[in-house]
Amino acid sequence: MEEFRELLDDCVHCGFCLPTCPTYVLWGEEMDSPRGRIHLMDQLERGGPLTASTVEHFDRCLGCMACVTACPSGVRYDRLIEMTRARVEDDHPRSRGERLLREAIFAVFPYPRRLRALRGPLRAYRRLNLDLAPLLERLSPTLAAMERLTPPPARHVRLPERVAARGERRAVVGMLTGCVQREFFPGVNSATARVLAMEGCDVVIPKGQGCCGALSLHTGRDEEARAFARATIEAFADVDVVVVNAAGCGSAMKDYGAVFAGDQEWAGRAAELSAKTRDLAEFLAELGPRATRHPLELAVAYHDACHLAHAQGVRAQPRRLLGGIPGLEVREVADPEICCGSAGVYNLLRPEAAGELGERKARNVTATGADLLVAANPGCTLQITTALHRRGEHIPVAHTAEVLDASIRGIGKESFISRR
Amino acid sequence: MARLDGLAGRLREIVGAESVITDPAELRTYDCDGLTYHRATPGIVVLPDTAEQIAAIVRACAADGVPYVARGSGTGLSGGALPRTDGVLIVTSRMRRVLAVDAANQRAIVEPGVINLDVTRAARPYGYYFAPDPSSQQVCSIGGNVAENSGGAHCLKYGFTVNHVLACEVVTPDGEIVELAEGPGYDLLGAFVGSEGTLGITTKVTVRLTRLPETVQTLLAGFDTIERAGEAVSAIIAAGVVPAAIEMMDALSIEAAEAAVRCGYPPGAGAVLIVELDGPASEVDAQFARVKELCGEAFEIRVAADDTERGLIWRGRKSAFAAVGRISPDYIVQDGVIPRTTLPEVLARIDALAREHGVRVANVFHAGDGNLHPLVLFDGAEPGAGERAEEVSGRIIDLCIEHGGSITGEHGVGIDKAKYMPRMFTDEDLDTMQMVRCAFDPAGLCNPGKVYPTPRLCGEVPGRRTGVHPLVESGKADLF
Ligand SMILES: Cc1cc2nc3c(=O)[nH]c(=O)nc-3n(C[C@H](O)[C@H](O)[C@H](O)COP(=O)(O)OP(=O)(O)OC[C@H]3O[C@@H](n4cnc5c(N)ncnc54)[C@H](O)[C@@H]3O)c2cc1C
Ligand code: SF4
Ligand code: SF4
Repeated sequence: MEEFRELLDDCVHCGFCLPTCPTYVLWGEEMDSPRGRIHLMDQLERGGPLTASTVEHFDRCLGCMACVTACPSGVRYDRLIEMTRARVEDDHPRSRGERLLREAIFAVFPYPRRLRALRGPLRAYRRLNLDLAPLLERLSPTLAAMERLTPPPARHVRLPERVAARGERRAVVGMLTGCVQREFFPGVNSATARVLAMEGCDVVIPKGQGCCGALSLHTGRDEEARAFARATIEAFADVDVVVVNAAGCGSAMKDYGAVFAGDQEWAGRAAELSAKTRDLAEFLAELGPRATRHPLELAVAYHDACHLAHAQGVRAQPRRLLGGIPGLEVREVADPEICCGSAGVYNLLRPEAAGELGERKARNVTATGADLLVAANPGCTLQITTALHRRGEHIPVAHTAEVLDASIRGIGKESFISRR
Repeated sequence: MARLDGLAGRLREIVGAESVITDPAELRTYDCDGLTYHRATPGIVVLPDTAEQIAAIVRACAADGVPYVARGSGTGLSGGALPRTDGVLIVTSRMRRVLAVDAANQRAIVEPGVINLDVTRAARPYGYYFAPDPSSQQVCSIGGNVAENSGGAHCLKYGFTVNHVLACEVVTPDGEIVELAEGPGYDLLGAFVGSEGTLGITTKVTVRLTRLPETVQTLLAGFDTIERAGEAVSAIIAAGVVPAAIEMMDALSIEAAEAAVRCGYPPGAGAVLIVELDGPASEVDAQFARVKELCGEAFEIRVAADDTERGLIWRGRKSAFAAVGRISPDYIVQDGVIPRTTLPEVLARIDALAREHGVRVANVFHAGDGNLHPLVLFDGAEPGAGERAEEVSGRIIDLCIEHGGSITGEHGVGIDKAKYMPRMFTDEDLDTMQMVRCAFDPAGLCNPGKVYPTPRLCGEVPGRRTGVHPLVESGKADLF
């Protein structure tokens, strides 16, 4: 583990990462801070035992990567925790309950069809040949949020395999549809395809695409992640750019290169896919606006998804795109760098901590007094609306793509807001 | 360790089981502060929530004769918060409430674990801020700032933490909660600030808030050589201008900062100066023009047009320590003070030392007040490199003393520099200081082993001297 050692040694123990770490903010303990976790990894690397308490501190990490942004020494905590999680999965026997919960989550989430089955009434759960009880319990607030947010199945449009550019063609791009996004926020995908087309792109939406592997990758399920990744690489072999509208998926795909480093057969293709992956906002900002924006008189609170802001460094672009809409005012949410607690499947594995973080985020969102919350990750959207609901509040939520789509198509404020 | 087992039980009664740490791997994460060179795994870690809990913890330790050490955010650079393997580490990271912002009286009351920058964040809406700005301000705690009397780039004009603390609630080593405040009589607050956690634990701090300046102007000047930059500093001070800050970085530290935060400093500079002026607009504008003239030798001068550009200029400087991690696997951050006028000579000597020992030294300093931060770079994996770096680092301190300076400007003595104290002070000086300490902590349990090379006096602690201290004998001082 030469590389692991080197990555560890980059940490100079300055503590600059502490205040942006959500678990340090919650509990104020060294071993639940990035610096402390790196110390624990260092102990392991030096032959220390992998105890239950050590595993607990790794498990509590949300993988939000706020520490990567904060670190002046360039410590690759993302790589460190990924490698550590893989080791934990290999070497640490989990209790039956924990195992079942994890199995259940991973038997469902990466598979759009199974996710869809969960959307129906309870009877659907039994069809899955799994001990789902613990999952369902934790899932129920999230499912309830999904129910509230998802349009009725009638509105569920299937996207064609190719959407032609409006006007003169400026680019040909592949589009990832994602699992959660596709099943629960189909409107986001159609808006994305439309915006891309209206901005002059031919949009290729390969039929065979599945999960990109983000959830598995961020939870230490290495083999599973690689299998998903290989399929995704294949699916997008024929396009030069892959546009992704879900932050978690984009960051995982940009990481493929590192995941397959050293794999003779796949390293090259993986690096290629990473290099051509773009977040939607990133891509649109690079491309520059062409379609006319119609006014939308809205005050919008923009939420930085961790996997967009911290993992991909995409902060300015979505704000600029939104700010470019006449009449629209972008408001900042306090403590933008602190995770909302969604973090992939974290809110299912650690409902309490996630709940507290969600509550903090909801409070800060409410304080902006905005008409609309914009978040570019389905997990964040579900998490924050669940937290708002618990506080008895409601703010309409949209994806950056949907706001742009509404503006370009000239859908007025009233009808745009009333739909959500 | 049986003694500690019993104590752990009592501590759990005081703070609750979830706030007492005894798991070995967890304890080890507390084994050092920002100076990783010294490590010791604490016997027990407690995370109290209130002053009363801290008082009870201190009393429990005193009853068992167990030493204890306070810790804030653990960013200290002199090993001040280095734990005791046979003792308790009292961590204030959960005591982070801003209790009051009293804008009308320009003060705020905060718990010790509150992060420096959070005081400013709380005060800013009222038009105020907390002036001491260590580079670690985004993470270091007010308790740590008080203990180290921390400073920062803007201390040239505004002074150190001691100038911004109005009162401290303190748990004394006998477990009493007392209030030390500015006022008539002995300046006990003055003695407490900068005492590096050896006189008690502060549990509540009343800080002075400073009005946000009407205008701020910042420039970045690139010079060919460090001597030229040094001359500009002397010229600015000689002209009677009091900038809020004058900071200097040499080529190597610029390289590091560039690698870390891409701050875009003038390429090819042998040194850069950051000069910041603040205050009423008319005054600042006039002085800023003067400063630009005095930086005439610079090959490039950039003026920050807005807060974003100012932020970028400062980002390079503020990240410099940690950024050195990008260009070297290991490094020692040194902290010494010299009279400003000796800067060129001391720098030349540091350069010679570095060459002689085959190590690289990056220099960052608060040029306005002669506070040097040489960063001695080395690779711990290379045999003997650590020792060579230590040697150079120690010799730099000798240079500071030789030129009439000090062994520390703002990082404190802690464990790391205790050994240098006798180079700067006589035995009598040290004994006198220790008598102050004994007055507060006769049992020697409050952060023992720090600041002084050899514990003396206080009766039961073994020391080199036997018999009565000469000051006591001559009737000039007394033991309490
Ligand atoms: C990258 C970097 C840059 C830095 N830049 C600067 C700088 O520009 N200027 C500067 O002055 N320092 C600087 N420092 C040093 C350090 O940040 C300061 O000394 C800071 O004040 C320490 O605060 P802390 O909360 O981390 O204290 P800790 O490291 O936890 O403790 C420091 C000392 O304070 C004592 N202490 C802590 N809390 C209490 C309490 N409640 N009561 C009594 N004693 C207590 C401890 O026992 C210890 O002796 C820097 C450090 C780093 C890592
Ligand atoms: S990834 Fe997020 S939760 Fe994990 S250590 Fe870093 S900041 Fe903390
Ligand atoms: S991860 Fe980076 S910011 Fe955090 S302690 Fe290590 S070097 Fe400092």
